[in-house]
Amino acid sequence: MTFSVNHPILFLLAGIVIAVVLAQSVFFLIRAWRRGTQMGMDKKKLRRIVINAAVFTIAPAVAIIISVATLAKNLGIPLPWLRLSVVGSQSYETIAASNTMEGMGISLGSNVVLNASQYVTISLVMTISIMVGIWLVPVVARRMQKGMISMEKRDKKWADLFSASMFIGMIAAFLGFVFCDFGSVFKGETYGLIPVLVMLVSALAMVLAGALVKLTKKRWISDYALPVSLVIGMASAIPITAWLA
Amino acid sequence: MNDQMMTNDTSYMDSVHKWGRIWNFSVMGILFLYPLAVALLFGAVPDGKGLLMGLIATAPMYWAVGIVETFTYIPMLGAGGSYLSFVTGNISNLKLPCALNALEQAEVKANSDEGEVISTIAIATSSIVTTVIIILGVILLVPLTPVLENPVLDPAFAQILPALFGALGVVFVSRNWKIAVAPVVLMLILFISIPALDSGTVGIMVPVSVIFTLIVSRVMYKKGWL
Repeated sequence: MTFSVNHPILFLLAGIVIAVVLAQSVFFLIRAWRRGTQMGMDKKKLRRIVINAAVFTIAPAVAIIISVATLAKNLGIPLPWLRLSVVGSQSYETIAASNTMEGMGISLGSNVVLNASQYVTISLVMTISIMVGIWLVPVVARRMQKGMISMEKRDKKWADLFSASMFIGMIAAFLGFVFCDFGSVFKGETYGLIPVLVMLVSALAMVLAGALVKLTKKRWISDYALPVSLVIGMASAIPITAWLA
Repeated sequence: MNDQMMTNDTSYMDSVHKWGRIWNFSVMGILFLYPLAVALLFGAVPDGKGLLMGLIATAPMYWAVGIVETFTYIPMLGAGGSYLSFVTGNISNLKLPCALNALEQAEVKANSDEGEVISTIAIATSSIVTTVIIILGVILLVPLTPVLENPVLDPAFAQILPALFGALGVVFVSRNWKIAVAPVVLMLILFISIPALDSGTVGIMVPVSVIFTLIVSRVMYKKGWL
């Protein structure tokens, strides 16, 4: 069999792995749904959660397809398809592929045609280097959850604050990231303002959605506020970039 | 009645951990099957030097990040959400915001039994939709490429994180502004003043920011300011 990065058998292999990962999500979804109904949670509420999560996911998922297309130029379609459907990201896969290819005396982005040995090496490095979370969660999740429960039993108010603080900490890091090129403004350049303005537009869209819910009393607006604000923010990036880049 | 509920909660959580372990260790094995199957089918042997150099340059950093991320994200994702998210990836830019939004919509706390159910449903749905959209994208990659790589749309996809965290941030920061002031100010100062902090390092800054926020919250809580 002659190797090619887009050989049909690679699509089949990637498809099998992705089917297993998909099955895990379906399995957990069904069990959580059953548990929710068993606890007396309203099915309409659960259905709303599913629809909202699905709608919210569309734009980020399209961005992942772009990453697949970018990586496919060197690595073919099946490997990026697999890697970005499981734990992985464009930046991580690019770094892993680039480091491995350099070790083999070739470089990512050049018009190199990979042979089977190089391909296997790259996919092994990609797999091994990001495996930690998959095995560490089963090792520590139960103990960590017990710790959270015992914290809640000792001091419920602090447990709630602890949880809120973790979310705020995560959001604060990303808000900081939005300003990472802001320093360019002090050098007379404006491109660092692009993410800041995009952030402000989507925040404003979210505030307007909240105001609209209060005015009209239509709760469904808040269901779609986040995905719609996300898309409005992304769309605003087009004229803002044209203006400031 | 309460005892029965408690038993159900415990047995549900036990089963989440049991099945989570089975699934994650199975997926781990299956992920290795891909390179191994390719090697067997095409009679290829991994390039020793490439493998070694690739692992030395890549693995230590991502292992360290992986360990820190695991301990940071588990309390936020819940048990079911953690098992799924660490297999399907895109945690901070997709799964966690999705779970946060779902908890917000359902008006339940992350550390409650309802929160566990809601975040698992949101993350599982998000994972399924992502996988299906990528499958469609792969099938339609050739006709879609001119659209996806259209330079007009480039800025929109380049700014997905600012758009996401602008919308998410305004809700959570306004609701917890007392907790948020210190970490937001610290992160702004760090990201503006240190050029090395960018999209590649934001993942490392998440645990730093989370730990800092927890310390500040604890101090404020002890002083009775929260």
